Amino acid sequence: MQEIISVLFSGFGENLRIFALTLAMAIPLGLVITFGSMTKFKPVRWLTRTFVWIIRGTPLMLQLFVVLYAPGLLFGIPMRDRMAATLVAFVINYAAYFSEIYRGGIESIPKGQYEAGAVLGMTRRQVFFKVVLLQVIKRIVPSMGNEVITLVKDTSLARVIGVAEIIMVAERYTKQGLIGPLFSTGLYFLLFNGLLTLLLGRIERKMDYFRV
Amino acid sequence: MMAILEVSNIGKSFGKTEVLTDISFSLEKGESLAIIGSSGSGKTTLLRCLNFLETPDQGTIRVGDEVIFDASRTEKLSNEELRKNRLHFGLVFQNFNLFPQYTAFRNVTLAGELLAKERPDYKANKTVILEEIREHGRELLASVGLSAKADNYPHQLSGGQQQRVAIARALALNPDILCFDEPTSALDPELTGEVLNVIRSLASKKTTMIIVTHEMGFARQVADNVLFMDKGFVVEYGSPADVIDNPKHERTKRFLENYTNA
Repeated sequence: MQEIISVLFSGFGENLRIFALTLAMAIPLGLVITFGSMTKFKPVRWLTRTFVWIIRGTPLMLQLFVVLYAPGLLFGIPMRDRMAATLVAFVINYAAYFSEIYRGGIESIPKGQYEAGAVLGMTRRQVFFKVVLLQVIKRIVPSMGNEVITLVKDTSLARVIGVAEIIMVAERYTKQGLIGPLFSTGLYFLLFNGLLTLLLGRIERKMDYFRV
Repeated sequence: MMAILEVSNIGKSFGKTEVLTDISFSLEKGESLAIIGSSGSGKTTLLRCLNFLETPDQGTIRVGDEVIFDASRTEKLSNEELRKNRLHFGLVFQNFNLFPQYTAFRNVTLAGELLAKERPDYKANKTVILEEIREHGRELLASVGLSAKADNYPHQLSGGQQQRVAIARALALNPDILCFDEPTSALDPELTGEVLNVIRSLASKKTTMIIVTHEMGFARQVADNVLFMDKGFVVEYGSPADVIDNPKHERTKRFLENYTNA
């Protein structure tokens, strides 16, 4: 029993690792993609938007396989680190989703806010960071919350390329006739997402002091 | 006395639509000018050109003894020049456009604090400089009657109060010319009075102002000169007694008939 719990825990550790590293990298990378998809320079804009369309339009599972196998089969440099492959696929996938949320948030800020900053002699950078950014953050927290919770559950997809995450290790017990471990993995996800929901609620409340 | 503002032959088109044609006027220091005209006559575009939110296609703009804009110059204004030019003007928007995440007080002081960082003596005198800006901010909020609301956020204020904060904010950088773009059009009728009173007191303190407005009674009372625009042209210019009470042009007369009770 104790052994099962500690095996599941170490499995869930993999899920959390994918989760945390993906978030840490996809949040800033998403912003870079946003700027690409909003630039006035058309080739970059269309390239970025096509990229986002492909990433959002194909299964994450397929992307995991592509990242794992493409380097070896196409270029003769096999990808040996399965965790690294997982992270590359997850970061790209989530950055694409985040970038669209950011873009929606930025485009929802009224033009008057930019103009008010401009006539007060602010630079474009100052307008973005001092005036617009916090309003964007407030607007996107609910949609980002959804994505973050989806990400927690998506981490179990890593098993398709052999990362020993919690569902993969729990499934092994079914061969011993045990279904309990597999069922109990749901509790790990539920508990962790419960914590995240509380945290997200706190962030939303922190920005309750103003309206956009 | 040389005019503080001289606008000469300004023209502006959006695509094929000509919005401003050959607009010229000048403004003395301490003068208030009311710009009247129906919607689509180009009043707002003219203000936006003065504040460099739009770039005129033709004409020149002189402030004091400096030509800050000349459409015949070939090189585009750099971002730095744009910023410098904008600081000659303040703009009060129809929809206030206060920054929602900052208190009334911070709305007034933010731009000044950001600008102060560019001063060469900022590092050495930071505390003194910031205290000056804040003191000025407190005075401005007091002058629009909102000292008690300094720590309130925009959504906690009425429309009239928000617009008064916006006026204080526009004054914070001591612009040479303060522009108003229909400052009471977005307000409930019972809230327009408090905003007009603030503008009236600015006029009595000889603030140089350009006011785009539909409030004819107010324009007659406060403005030194009135400019009537139609379809992007200046149709009539003169004292309120001339333009509003004894208009010469047929178009002005027809426009003013809508305001017989003003």
